[in-house]
Amino acid sequence: MCGIAGLIHRGKSSKVGHELQGMLQALKHRGEDSTGYALYGDTDGKNFIMRFKVGENVGEGSTSVAEDVSVYDERKKIVDNYLSELGAKIIKEERILPYSLRYEIEYDKKDLLNFSQKIESIPGVEILSMGKSLEVIKDLGNAKMVCDRYNLDKLVGTHAIGHARMATESGVDIKSAHPFWGYPFSDVSVVHNGQLTNYWNNRRSLENKGMRFMSECDSELIAVYLAEKMRDGASLEEGMKESLTGLDGVFTYFVATKDSLGMAKDTMAAKPLVLYESDDLVAMGSEEIAIRSILPQEIDTYDPFDGEVKVWQI
Amino acid sequence: MANLKNTEKKTKAQAMGMHTEVLTGRTQQKFFNPDEAENFYYFGTYDVDFNKRTDLDVKDMTAAEANKEIDNLMSQGFGTIVIKNPQGKHSLGVGILNKLNLIFEGSLGYFGMGSCDGPIVRINGRVGWSCAENLMAGKVVIEKNAGSCFGAAIRGGDLICKGSVGARTGIDMKGGTIIIGGDAGAFTGFMMQRGRIIILGDVGINLGDSMYDGTIFIGGEIGSYGSDAVDSELTKNDQDWLKRKLKVAEIGENFDVSKMKKIVAGKKLWNYDNLEPTEKKGAI
Repeated sequence: MCGIAGLIHRGKSSKVGHELQGMLQALKHRGEDSTGYALYGDTDGKNFIMRFKVGENVGEGSTSVAEDVSVYDERKKIVDNYLSELGAKIIKEERILPYSLRYEIEYDKKDLLNFSQKIESIPGVEILSMGKSLEVIKDLGNAKMVCDRYNLDKLVGTHAIGHARMATESGVDIKSAHPFWGYPFSDVSVVHNGQLTNYWNNRRSLENKGMRFMSECDSELIAVYLAEKMRDGASLEEGMKESLTGLDGVFTYFVATKDSLGMAKDTMAAKPLVLYESDDLVAMGSEEIAIRSILPQEIDTYDPFDGEVKVWQI
Repeated sequence: MANLKNTEKKTKAQAMGMHTEVLTGRTQQKFFNPDEAENFYYFGTYDVDFNKRTDLDVKDMTAAEANKEIDNLMSQGFGTIVIKNPQGKHSLGVGILNKLNLIFEGSLGYFGMGSCDGPIVRINGRVGWSCAENLMAGKVVIEKNAGSCFGAAIRGGDLICKGSVGARTGIDMKGGTIIIGGDAGAFTGFMMQRGRIIILGDVGINLGDSMYDGTIFIGGEIGSYGSDAVDSELTKNDQDWLKRKLKVAEIGENFDVSKMKKIVAGKKLWNYDNLEPTEKKGAI
């Protein structure tokens, strides 16, 4: 049982980091093994923001191992060298935690696949997100702990999705935490509540088509599945609609891009979702109390039906 | 396969056209007899005065604290309680085995009004999953929308949602009536065993899937029928009952019930008495 939440402001920006923290904290009883945020901040859109990790925060059941900070330092040096080789210029560098970094980089080429493959060829390094607006932040603990640790409270943007995780299908670590970046597409992220039962069949098929998986978490499949559809020319909404039959199991998931937010619910409607929609705000979560954390007044909410796909623009 | 018998001695309910059959398989054979309702009482219930009214603000209470306070107010004789600021909290109003007028000024989360027997409840907002699960008697009215598993396993009473509801409405219900003013999602009436569901709007796929018994009335479009759910003739008695029920429910009073579809169990999935049910395979 995990909890997911998302919101999109239409026509204005807001403190989405603070708002999403409140929504996810309200869902912490659904799981607090790890919490993740995909925040779409206000930027000038010139440079890429790369969130990446050079090591793991290891919890129960993880196959990863805790390492010395000196190992992280060494990996960071290699990342810096590779960025230079790729022609990317580091504009701003923040080392939030020994294993977690945020780089603002100038990079003119459009192909993020080669870029990402090069960076992730370094053992222990994973790009959590790459985009001109998107920043994926995820770590162990509940929403408030992660928010405080990464100072997300003041981040201003238009939309965000997040995930409070109870680990069931894989271990407690950052690589298995949501959201997942829609690698290698800029500014695409996914969170999921449910279980996918054709994970391995789909994974083998997608890996044969050159797609990359970083974890053994079934939810990552959704991000990779949608990325493959978009690579082949489908729109986000088309890919989401195909996922209703392409993915087997029970799921409610959110996907966000630079300027949109979408939701999809499986044909069994086995996973919960409550939705509030107005002209200037859409807020949704696994439970109504998530929405109430930002809209305490009486509002009209509803459950989307089985097999429903919706996409909103900012 | 269970045998069906027509009983010779008719109860009031049977005289009204309800429960004319009796199961004789390994399942429960004796059902609650509504004629004996007045003989039933719960230990620990309270004499309350409906004219004695109070408010209860639960904004800063946990669900357990709020429910305990409702019980405390009933013990003081309050028969009408208005709950302020429920704010989507889960499990509010559960386990009330008492006559009571309960009004929620706002929305409830999951499992609201679960396992109740007797109260008359009005919720001026929305409810989450599994509202009024296991309701035995009473009336619960939701002014807005409801989540999935609405009225799961209810045994009796009236459960009314004026808006739309999610999936699996009336799953496993064993009696009572569920009335929906809007649309309903997939698997409505899934495995229902008795009772009636009225949907004035559309329903999703697999309507009445694997239903054992009971009746579903649909006013709008049907996504698809589930296993063993079949159409049945809408009789004059049905229409009269629907009109009465909708009027009492204060919902769809002018709705043209003559155009509603009536769905019942084909009863080919029943296999209580057979370890190797060939009928089941054939039905699927």
